[in-house]
Amino acid sequence: MAAKTTTGSRKKAPAASGGRGAISIRNVTKIYDPEGVNVMAVDNCSMEIQAGEVCMIVGPSGCGKTTLLNVIAGFHSLTHGEIYLDDELLCGPGKPLAKQGADRMVVFQNGALFPWKSLLDNVAYGPMVQGVLSKSDARDKALDMLAEAGLKDVADKFPGEVSSGMARRAEIVRALINDPKVLLLDEPYRAMDALTKSIMHEALLEMYDRTKVTIFFITHDLEEAIFLGDKAVVMTTRPARTKKVVDVNIPRPRDYKLLSSEEFRILVEEAKDAVHEEAIKAFEAGERELA
Amino acid sequence: MSDQAISSVEAGKAGEVRAAPKGIMLAWYRFKKSLATPDPYLMVFGIFLWLGTYYLLTEGWKVPRFEKIPGPVEVITEFFSRDPIWGTSLFTEDFHTNVYVSCQRILISFGLATGLGVPLGLFMGWSRKFKDYAFPILETLRPIPILAWVPLAIVMFSGFETPIIFLATLASFFVTTLNTLLGVESIDESYFRAAGCLGSKKHHVFWHVVVPGAMPFVFTGLQISIGVAWFSLVAAEMISGDFGLGYMIMDSYMVNKYVSMVMAMISLGFVGWITSAMVRWAGNRMMQWRVKALALEGR
Ligand SMILES: Nc1ncnc2c1ncn2[C@@H]1O[C@H](COP(=O)(O)OP(=O)(O)O)[C@@H](O)[C@H]1O
Ligand SMILES: [Mg+2]
Repeated sequence: MAAKTTTGSRKKAPAASGGRGAISIRNVTKIYDPEGVNVMAVDNCSMEIQAGEVCMIVGPSGCGKTTLLNVIAGFHSLTHGEIYLDDELLCGPGKPLAKQGADRMVVFQNGALFPWKSLLDNVAYGPMVQGVLSKSDARDKALDMLAEAGLKDVADKFPGEVSSGMARRAEIVRALINDPKVLLLDEPYRAMDALTKSIMHEALLEMYDRTKVTIFFITHDLEEAIFLGDKAVVMTTRPARTKKVVDVNIPRPRDYKLLSSEEFRILVEEAKDAVHEEAIKAFEAGERELA
Repeated sequence: MSDQAISSVEAGKAGEVRAAPKGIMLAWYRFKKSLATPDPYLMVFGIFLWLGTYYLLTEGWKVPRFEKIPGPVEVITEFFSRDPIWGTSLFTEDFHTNVYVSCQRILISFGLATGLGVPLGLFMGWSRKFKDYAFPILETLRPIPILAWVPLAIVMFSGFETPIIFLATLASFFVTTLNTLLGVESIDESYFRAAGCLGSKKHHVFWHVVVPGAMPFVFTGLQISIGVAWFSLVAAEMISGDFGLGYMIMDSYMVNKYVSMVMAMISLGFVGWITSAMVRWAGNRMMQWRVKALALEGR
């Protein structure tokens, strides 16, 4: 299967958010050099993510997906290239490390709700420390948003007391309360069983239909990518580059019945070979990811 | 209608949700549940085995080298006697004074060590620069055994009280500082990242991530630190004391009042146990998030 690379602009309806949260990744390279040994994690990677688009990043473990996310979020510096958010330079030559900010909210691979704060306090934390809302207003808003996500009854519980699915949902709510331009999710549903996962997917889609926030979603599950995304970007094994972009022109709102539809299967088939090929390469290279 | 009635009865039986027991009821529930396991019986058996051996060695068979040691019956009788043979029991003034003085010294030393050690450890963990300054000194002073400080303490401080307090404080200060530092360093990087994303300023990170995140290690450290405080306090009291349980041990030994000596030892065990239970209780109060999460894992 010939790798079709459709980077660049695409006629994508930049939904209700009015063109907020477009990411442009241009020729980004990231080389780690712990103890003088260079590890190239991302190599000359480019992609365009439209405002309000759900962009799924698919690739084998250890290929450099988290690294790319960390560069966008401002946790790591980049080595070459540049990244723009809505025509504003996040990082590039002369400014290798992006400034962390509430316009790009991260949901972490292993979950990072503060275990010492109740779900409510976790969600209220962002607006409170930014000084956007007073403490009591922040808590009121947090409770409303938790209720919207079906978490009202557990709002006062600690993250360690609720199921991983609920914690994940609360973490997304904690991100959304800051009205970010982009939501960066790093394999958020990886450790979940298939049933929980499908519930989480529907909740995420429902949330997306409401907010139309730009989503950068990392996964190694191709079906998840096609089910949720407007496009799925298949990455090569390390160093990460875009191998193939699959456009998913399935109308929203979507529900789980889509999973058994013909058009869904066709799209999965289209991407499968590319993913499989890279998975084999990664396996043979013995790639490990950093948890 | 009857259909409904049946199903509601069924639901009542199967889905019966009792309110989760709390406080004293929870303790009672746990106690009842533990009776079904061998643990409490083994514990009782263990205590009797220990006491029995002690009794046989000293008062029963009077094994050589043990015959001078006061046996359990003698100690307990003396302890609860209103008219003690050797002059000291639970009801005499000098015993109260010794316990009171030791506890007061521990309170001061442990308070000082915690008040200085926790902030120092937190700052060292939080600020790389500060750690670079402070850590080398700390690491060279820490390995010096506490008994090696005794002469210096006596030279440096006047009177009985200050050198003792100094010695007990010093030992537990090192433990607390080091554990707090480790506590900060153990905090998962992703919490700092999350805090950064959410728009925290430096002081927010300190109060909302560094302090609560280090708490589990801090309290583990305090558990050890209170033990170390007792250890060095008793050593100091034995050497240069005036009152206190350590002094009581040494003083009784000098005048061959072995019963009083053993009484002081038992009292030390008892108050030491109470103080560390208090530290544990305080830790659980402050870390409800951890207690609850661990409880769900069945621990
Ligand atoms: N902080 C780091 N220092 C050195 N190497 C790293 C670091 N983080 C990740 N790597 C390496 O970069 C590669 C990509 O890792 P990562 O981005 O975590 O992969 P993925 O998220 O796709 O599974 C791996 O080989 C990993 O070992
Ligand atoms: Mg990863």
